[in-house]
Amino acid sequence: MTTTNYDPRVLKAQHPVPGAPDNWKRFFTFNTDAKVIGIQYMALALFFLLVGGLLAMVMRGELITPPADLVDPTVYNGLYTMHGTVMLFLFLFPILNGFNNLLIPTMIGAPDMAFPKVNAAAFWLVPVFGVVLMASFFVPGGPASAGWWSYPPISIQNPLGHFINGQFLWILAVALSGISSIMGAINFVTTIIRMRAPGMGFFRMPVFIWTAWAAQTLQLIGLPALTGGAIMLLFDLSFGTSFFRPEGGGDPVLYQHFFWFYSHPAVYVMVLPVFGIFSELITVYSRKPLFGYKFVALASFVITFLGLIVWVHHMFYSGTPQWMRNIFIVTTMLIAVPTGVKVFAWLATLWGGKIRLTTPMLFVLGGLVNFILGGITGIMLGTAPVDIHVGNTYFVVAHFHYVIFNTIGFGIFAGIYHWFPKFTGRMYYEGLGKVHFVLTFIGATLNWLPLHWAGLYGMPRRVASYDPEFAIWNVIASIGAFLVGVAAIPFILNIVSSWARGAKAPPNPWNAIGLEWLLPSPPPSENFEDDVPTVISAPYGYGMGQPLVEDEEYYVRRALEA
Amino acid sequence: MTSTSPKPSAGVPVKLLIVVLVATLLDALASVQIARTSLSWLPVPASTAAPYVDRLFQVEVGIGAFIFLGCVGFILWAVIFNRAEKYDETDGLPIEGNTKLEIAWTVIPFVIVMVLAYQAIHVSETLSALGPKAKYDVEGGLGAETKERVDLIKAYGPIQVIARQWNWEFVYPNGVRSSELHLPIDQRANFQLSSDDVIHGFYVPAFRLKQDIIPGSVISYSITPTREGRYRLRDSHFSGAYFSQNQTAVVVQSSDAFDDWLAQAARQPLVPGLSQATALYADRLAKGDKGWATVKPAPPPMVNDPGTPDAPHDA
Repeated sequence: MTTTNYDPRVLKAQHPVPGAPDNWKRFFTFNTDAKVIGIQYMALALFFLLVGGLLAMVMRGELITPPADLVDPTVYNGLYTMHGTVMLFLFLFPILNGFNNLLIPTMIGAPDMAFPKVNAAAFWLVPVFGVVLMASFFVPGGPASAGWWSYPPISIQNPLGHFINGQFLWILAVALSGISSIMGAINFVTTIIRMRAPGMGFFRMPVFIWTAWAAQTLQLIGLPALTGGAIMLLFDLSFGTSFFRPEGGGDPVLYQHFFWFYSHPAVYVMVLPVFGIFSELITVYSRKPLFGYKFVALASFVITFLGLIVWVHHMFYSGTPQWMRNIFIVTTMLIAVPTGVKVFAWLATLWGGKIRLTTPMLFVLGGLVNFILGGITGIMLGTAPVDIHVGNTYFVVAHFHYVIFNTIGFGIFAGIYHWFPKFTGRMYYEGLGKVHFVLTFIGATLNWLPLHWAGLYGMPRRVASYDPEFAIWNVIASIGAFLVGVAAIPFILNIVSSWARGAKAPPNPWNAIGLEWLLPSPPPSENFEDDVPTVISAPYGYGMGQPLVEDEEYYVRRALEA
Repeated sequence: MTSTSPKPSAGVPVKLLIVVLVATLLDALASVQIARTSLSWLPVPASTAAPYVDRLFQVEVGIGAFIFLGCVGFILWAVIFNRAEKYDETDGLPIEGNTKLEIAWTVIPFVIVMVLAYQAIHVSETLSALGPKAKYDVEGGLGAETKERVDLIKAYGPIQVIARQWNWEFVYPNGVRSSELHLPIDQRANFQLSSDDVIHGFYVPAFRLKQDIIPGSVISYSITPTREGRYRLRDSHFSGAYFSQNQTAVVVQSSDAFDDWLAQAARQPLVPGLSQATALYADRLAKGDKGWATVKPAPPPMVNDPGTPDAPHDA
């Protein structure tokens, strides 16, 4: 074999090295290196982002005119159900687990995850249930079409009466996703608690680690409720039980409690790591320590706790009694406090900084602005009387897309750009990145901002057709959605071409402080191997003039030489 | 460690104070203006509940706008004035925190949201006094206690509201059946909401009220309309294939007009009522039953007044 200019360590390394022969093959194996698994998660998740995005394009095509004229309403219902399911279970959770895999071991100085095989198994469940879910498009009767909530009795109507139907496969996929997430969560939490570098006490952990820990704790507490609810739903659908069937004495509202007990916290599972990404990036690109680090870190667990006791705000109009509404109004309002602590801390970190508007920073600032708006509409939805008017309308759709795409999605893009050089060993193209940001920001704003007004005026969510008075908002929204779709092109171009032939990345291109930046880019398979640094400072010591670890120069030199 | 960096702490930073004051003032003015405008984002208010909901909404928009504009203004200011020069690789001010400030931005939002929560609970309780609701089993019927409460609040009715996949049927105490919901103005109307199949949502945007209809239960529900007109009643809870077509009209009339309508409707023969889904489903079958699976639409109910689905609605 002729030698190329790839890193010689590649022959024994399990991790990806650009330009190396057979490099790509390791991504298609049961590889136990967290960095390989992280990239596997991310690549698969980005593929499903495209799938979910294409489903959304068809939906917005349908909604650009008032009547249901592009696709049959039954098809529309299947599309929106699958859009939500794909985006949550096949894009967001996997991509955040990708970040967890890449960042947790490298940020805390661990060689790998606590349970590498469980980790790989958790990943390989994702393509399995991805195939199950995609297969449901091709079964007779089409995929699940009761919304991602799958509320009974609509979800157990099974019009064709087949045993294998779209809803059946949907429940199967969600259950497998739950198993995968629990396997991941056990791994992440154990790794964070047990495998930190010497000297890294809890209050020396980067905020991303705090938020990942808080989020994965929610998974461990909440997922059993959803899985239990899903299994009961499966029995009602397929084996004639009556947990939720009113005609058999069941209660359809009971399912809503099981569902939301997990699915509201699920939002925090997704948004908390993005708060972590915001904290990491705002400090680097403002060249300042995180303002009130301890408050920000602890606020994550306050959000975890409160996140578990707000679920009934999704059910204000389901027939909940007044006392229950009152309690859940208060808890929902309270969650604004720890969230506000984080937002204000980021703002204060910007103040007096040396801000650099790189692509990741642009995505962070755009995401932050969007999050403030999404948070405010969230407070409005938490007050029951307003929720009773706008609940189940496009106001809710606009609100949660502001949180899920315009905040979490933006945070994910920011994170991808920021850590791209670290884990691929290549620099991305700044110009394409900025084009991606501008198109995404304009598209997302056009898409979801006007829909608030459609909802306030009374347009229900999940409709395939609507009254003409809502047309103007929907036309603007559809144009915005197509723009978001177009924005994928510079992103894909950037990622693919940078990885293939971008400039070689130095170990610490952003001059950032953190253990992962003391590693070579890309890091070797066991990270610091036998030579784990001892942490002597709190994170984000920008301008403090203190080294993060003992013998910092040694590690910097070692990374450069590797 | 912090001694080397310039700090604007000597004396009172008058310039900064003025900037902050002016910015806060502008923010407040803009927020008040936005809150004023916000009522026009909502449909005409047509029930006793609407003014309370609108008022709370307006307050929230005002506070929300103030916070949003304040934060975004701050970010823009920082991005403009705290940008690193090209090739400037130095760090910013190494400020690690400020406990007083952190306590302030924990306590102030706490107070704001608790005041909002108090207001929301207050409005919520006012609404439930305006239109109490009670849920009971179809088979068990009303318990003695519940029955008493429901009787107490009855002003007109009960009107049975039956939701189906995908049509609405309204049955009046005198036996009149209608596809549109006619209500006398300024009287509290009592409904018995029930569903024949899946969960539906009884939603009239102009009334600002929404209630899920749960199969297996009957929900006693009350509304007092306050404005004559023709409003949309929409199914707000996803109910399957023709969900978006499951809408009809609420016609709020003067007491006399309502009585006339009721008397006249009672003389009309029963005809198939409004059901857009039936026509759409027939169309689908004619085109070869393409698309994904759906249950068949329930047949249109036989009603005295099938309504005028094409008449324009106010909201």
